[in-house]
Amino acid sequence: MRNPYRTQKIAFFLLLLATLLIVVPVGLIVVIIIQKGLPAINWQFLSDIPRQGMRAGGIFPAIVGTLYLVTGAIIFALPIGLLTAIYLSEYSKDNTLTRLIRLAIVNLAGVPSVVYGLFGLALFVIFFKFGASILSGSLTLGIMILPVIITASREALESVPHSFREVSLSLGASKWQTIRHIVLPNAIPGILTGTILGLGRAAGETAPILFTVAAFYLPQLPDSIFDQVMALPYHLYVISTQVPNVNEKVRYGTAFVLLALVLCMNLIAVIIRSKFRKKKKW
Amino acid sequence: MVKLETHDLNIWFGPAHVIKQVNVEIQANEILSVIGPSNSGKTTFLRTLNRLNDLSANYKISGKVELERKDIYAFDVELLRRKIGMVFALPLPLPLSIFENVAYGVRVTGIKNKKKLNEKVESALRQGYLWEEVKDRLDESAFKLSGGQQQRLCIARTLAVEPEIVLFDEPCSGLDPISTAKVEDAMVELKKKYTIVLVTNNVKQAARVGDRTAFFLSGELIEIDKTDRIFTAPRDKRTDGYVRGKFG
Repeated sequence: MRNPYRTQKIAFFLLLLATLLIVVPVGLIVVIIIQKGLPAINWQFLSDIPRQGMRAGGIFPAIVGTLYLVTGAIIFALPIGLLTAIYLSEYSKDNTLTRLIRLAIVNLAGVPSVVYGLFGLALFVIFFKFGASILSGSLTLGIMILPVIITASREALESVPHSFREVSLSLGASKWQTIRHIVLPNAIPGILTGTILGLGRAAGETAPILFTVAAFYLPQLPDSIFDQVMALPYHLYVISTQVPNVNEKVRYGTAFVLLALVLCMNLIAVIIRSKFRKKKKW
Repeated sequence: MVKLETHDLNIWFGPAHVIKQVNVEIQANEILSVIGPSNSGKTTFLRTLNRLNDLSANYKISGKVELERKDIYAFDVELLRRKIGMVFALPLPLPLSIFENVAYGVRVTGIKNKKKLNEKVESALRQGYLWEEVKDRLDESAFKLSGGQQQRLCIARTLAVEPEIVLFDEPCSGLDPISTAKVEDAMVELKKKYTIVLVTNNVKQAARVGDRTAFFLSGELIEIDKTDRIFTAPRDKRTDGYVRGKFG
C-alpha cells in the first residue's frame, strides 16, 4: 500500500532539491570568480591603464568607460521610462493605443541584446552620425533597459493605494498635484530598485556596446561624449578570446571587478528596498 | 436655503443602474442622514456630489446636481471638491506627519506661508477635537495615532480646506463607541458652519445626529423627512421596517 506521508516527504525533497539547484550555479560562479580573480586585485590593477597589449597593467579605462556608459544610460532612460510609466499608470485609458504601447514594451524586453547593438549602430552611429561614441552606446543601453525601468516604475506607482489618490483629490488637489505629492514619493523605492537592476544589466551587456562605443584598446580616458571608451564586458571578451597569452589572473580579475560592480548595484537596490519597506506606513 | 440639490439623478456603473431617479434638496446648515441597507446606493450617491465617481471607469450619470443652483459640472473639479469636502469610511491618513496631513489641502491651493499654515492647521485640529491630543506631536507620522484619532484627523484635514459642505461616508464604521461619540459631537458642532451629509449604516446614529433623514433602497430614494418623523411615523412601510430593524 502506498504511504501518503512518504509520498509527501519525497515530493518535498524533490522540491527542495530543485530549489537548491538554483543556488548552486550562482554560488559556484561567485566562488570561482572570487577564487581566481581576487588575487589579481590590487591598486595598480584598478588604477592603471592596460599595458603590454593588455597582458599586464590595469583596467582603469574600462572601469571608467563602463561607469560613463551606465550613467549615460540612466540619464536617458530614467526620465523617459518614468514619464512613460506615469502616463500608463495614471493617465492612459484602456484603449488600442495603450495596448499597443504595452505590447511594445513587452516586445522591447524580449529583443536579443545583439539586435540592440545593430539597431544602435544603424540609428545612432550611422544615421545620426554620432559615430562610435559614449553617446551612441549610452543611448543604445538606455533603450535596452527602458522596459525594465518602465515595468518596475509602473508596478511601483500602481502599488500606491488607490485610497491615497482619492483622499488627495477629495481635498481639492489636481491630478498632477496628487501624482507629484502623494503617488510619486511613495513609489520612489520601487522606481529606484527597478532602475538600479536595469543599470546592473546595462553594465554587464557586451553586445549593445560592441558596435556603438566599445574600443578594443584605448589606454586613455575620453574627453567628450563623442569619444570611444573601453568597457568592462567587452574588455573581458577581448582579453579572453582576441588576445593570445593573457594571464588567467588578469581575465578573472576583470571578471571579478565586473561582477563586483553589478552585485554592488543589486545590493544597493536590496538595501533601498528593505529600508523603505521598514518605513512603509500602510 | 437650498445648498445642494439633485434633479432626476440616475447613475450607472456599466450595466448596473445604481441610483434611480433621485430628487433631493439639502438645506444649508443641516445634517442630512442617508440610511439604507448595503448596496442601496448611499455611498455612490455621496460620491456623486463631489464628483469622486468620475474616477471610475464605466460611470454614467444623467440628471442634474446643483450646488447653489449651479451645475456641479460647471465648476472646476478642484474648486468643487474644495467646496464639498469628504470624510471616508475608514480613517485614511496620508503617509505624512500629523501636521502635513492637515496642511495638505491648504498647501495644494498654493499657500506656503508657514504662519498661515500653522494657524489653519491649529484651527482645523481644534474643530476636529484633536488639537489637545496632538499639539505636542505634530511632526509624528499620522499612522501613530489610534483609529479614532486618525478619523478625527481626517475630519480636521477636510475642514482645513474650509469647505461649505462636508460629506461623511460611514465615518464611524471602524470606531469604538467612545470614538464614535466624539465624532458625532464634532458633527453636531460643525453643523453651525457647514452643511453635512452623513451616510451611515447605523440607524441609531442617524436618529441621534440627523436633522432630516433619507432612506435609500436599491438605488431609489424611498423617503426623506424630518428625522423624528422617519423614526416615529414614516409614510412608507419599507422605511418603517428598516428603522425598526426588520430587515437590512
